[in-house]
Amino acid sequence: MLDQQLVNALSLGCVYALFALGFTLIFGVLGVINLAHGAVFMTGAYAAMTVMARFELPLWAGLLFAFAFCGLLGLLIDFLVLRPLRARNAPHLIPMIATIGVAIVLNSAAQGLFGAENQRFPEGAISNDTLQWAGVRITVLELGIILFSFVLMAVLMLALKRTQLGRALRAMAESPKAAYLLGINVEGLFYLTSFAAAALGGVAGVLIGLYSNAMSPLMGQPMLHKGIAVVILGGMGDIRGAMFGGLFLGFAEVLSINYLGSTMRDAVTFGLLFLVLLVRPKGLFGTLQERKV
Amino acid sequence: MRQNFLKSALLAFAATAAFSGAAAAAGTIKVGVAAALTGGAAQYGAAIRNGFELAASEINAGGGINGNKIELVVADEQSKKEEVINVFKRLIFQDKVIMIFGPTLSNSAQASNPVAQAAKTVVFGTSNTADGITAIGDYVFRNSVTEADVLPETIRVAVKNSGIKKVAVFYGNDDVFTKSGYDNFKKALEDLKMPVTTTETFAKGDVDFKAQLTKIKASGADAVVLSALIAEGAPIMVQARQIGLNVPFIGGNGMNSVKIFDLAKGASDNLYVGSPWSASNATPENTKFIKAYTAKYGNAPDQFAAQAYDALHIAAQALKNVKMTGDIGAERAALRNALPDVKWTGATGAFQFRRAHDKAGKPAGFDAQQTPIVSVTKGSVFVIIK
Repeated sequence: MLDQQLVNALSLGCVYALFALGFTLIFGVLGVINLAHGAVFMTGAYAAMTVMARFELPLWAGLLFAFAFCGLLGLLIDFLVLRPLRARNAPHLIPMIATIGVAIVLNSAAQGLFGAENQRFPEGAISNDTLQWAGVRITVLELGIILFSFVLMAVLMLALKRTQLGRALRAMAESPKAAYLLGINVEGLFYLTSFAAAALGGVAGVLIGLYSNAMSPLMGQPMLHKGIAVVILGGMGDIRGAMFGGLFLGFAEVLSINYLGSTMRDAVTFGLLFLVLLVRPKGLFGTLQERKV
Repeated sequence: MRQNFLKSALLAFAATAAFSGAAAAAGTIKVGVAAALTGGAAQYGAAIRNGFELAASEINAGGGINGNKIELVVADEQSKKEEVINVFKRLIFQDKVIMIFGPTLSNSAQASNPVAQAAKTVVFGTSNTADGITAIGDYVFRNSVTEADVLPETIRVAVKNSGIKKVAVFYGNDDVFTKSGYDNFKKALEDLKMPVTTTETFAKGDVDFKAQLTKIKASGADAVVLSALIAEGAPIMVQARQIGLNVPFIGGNGMNSVKIFDLAKGASDNLYVGSPWSASNATPENTKFIKAYTAKYGNAPDQFAAQAYDALHIAAQALKNVKMTGDIGAERAALRNALPDVKWTGATGAFQFRRAHDKAGKPAGFDAQQTPIVSVTKGSVFVIIK
């Protein structure tokens, strides 16, 4: 049983990590806790489901569409909501509250367009096959989520560490003003980050939507709560942190269910989270620097 | 000029006001429906509204009630306790309806029904299954069969049909509805002296249930007793089959929906549910209801639509014996006195009321007296087990 539970934990952890990667990216660069990320996630799932059902498209096309659609949605949110606040030098709390409004708009729009009923992807969107190895079972989708989240983490980390673009983004994260003085196109990169983070959120929506295959307009909300816990645990804005925070949460949940019972799940998980933060207030990989006078 | 304009505007206003007043008096009976059309319970609220509208159009097409047409005043209570009290006050004091159907959730009914009781207006629940709703007072009615009646029968039939010796229990512990389903299951299992191998929980919005299901599989249970809504219940069944847990599921009220065939396609077999209504129950009344509903709304009805549909027909029987005097207070009291004697056979089968009692044992409102139908899923239908 334990080997199956470890596989369960790995796939659940990667589900959380997949969501948290986009969420932490936007915080790392823009410094905004984007509470609309759950709604963008939901939008991605619904967008892919709609085009796949309407035009009988395969899953990869649905994923591409969700990527592009949510990316543009992210741009729009940045342009209409975050940019005006940046231009006015609004304190950190203001954009966060503004994104709550964005989430309400998106959730209500989805409920108006699709109704509150649970929806699913068209049949055959993904193979139902279960791979079996020494009594341990894993679905094709779970394997896909595990691989994709690790690859995504590696790509994001390499892009941030090794490329010119990544250096520019890190400089901006340090200080947008200094980056601007160095000749970096700060606004352009803000847009790019908003696009990329939302596009990843949309892709995560499709994959995790497929996972339970009972989507509702409010599906992003519980995921957002978990996502916040993951990025706080991993260290706000850190890519590795999002990955390991997700895995930590997945393993903590599954193992507490296995050994202590499922009623204890959230108590144990968040108790552990609290302990980690007591020892490391910046999170596992946090590098937030204290401001010196 | 200006004065003339003002005068004519006032005149027009007075005329329309008088007209609408007259229209209300001449041959319509206003019936309030407080349904959750938005918010967490919106999917149930929509089915409930459809059920009422279908029944109203049938009654009106058949000549109404002693020549008077039924006019539904549908109000959205937003699945919120606070809002449902406002809606009730508006329906009772402003719209002056003769009675109110609703609200959708038991939670809301606990908050709103005392308002109707105090105003001596009949409140008739079609989807409130929690204990204690009809203990609020003698103006409180419902035709929703409670889980306390349905679940023991469901377990009894499933055990007999599938040779079940021990079960695991799985339920949502952060939701009043699924938690109360669990309490009723637990009591029924104790009464049947059925061994429970393990009791597991999940939370609303979870997407992964494999950890609990793996544990249930290892516990060697012959069946899983599941108190969940369809949003979590469907993925639970899919994931159970994925990890090789192929035992029957025994579901509560929340699992009794044709949505299971869509959401858990390929993994929906062997789910036992009990309810006052079943899509496969081929009585003439039910066949007629399903046909009319599908023709009107383009999708299949569920239990919530069926109970709302029957509820208006039940009320219509009582309304036939109420003298429409224009004195709303007297009309409401007369309806209250006529309602308990109604017997009706509708989409949910033979129905009559049963007196409920409050905590002190004194007679209070009225519950439903109906035999539940237990069915099991096979392919894409519920097969009734006799």
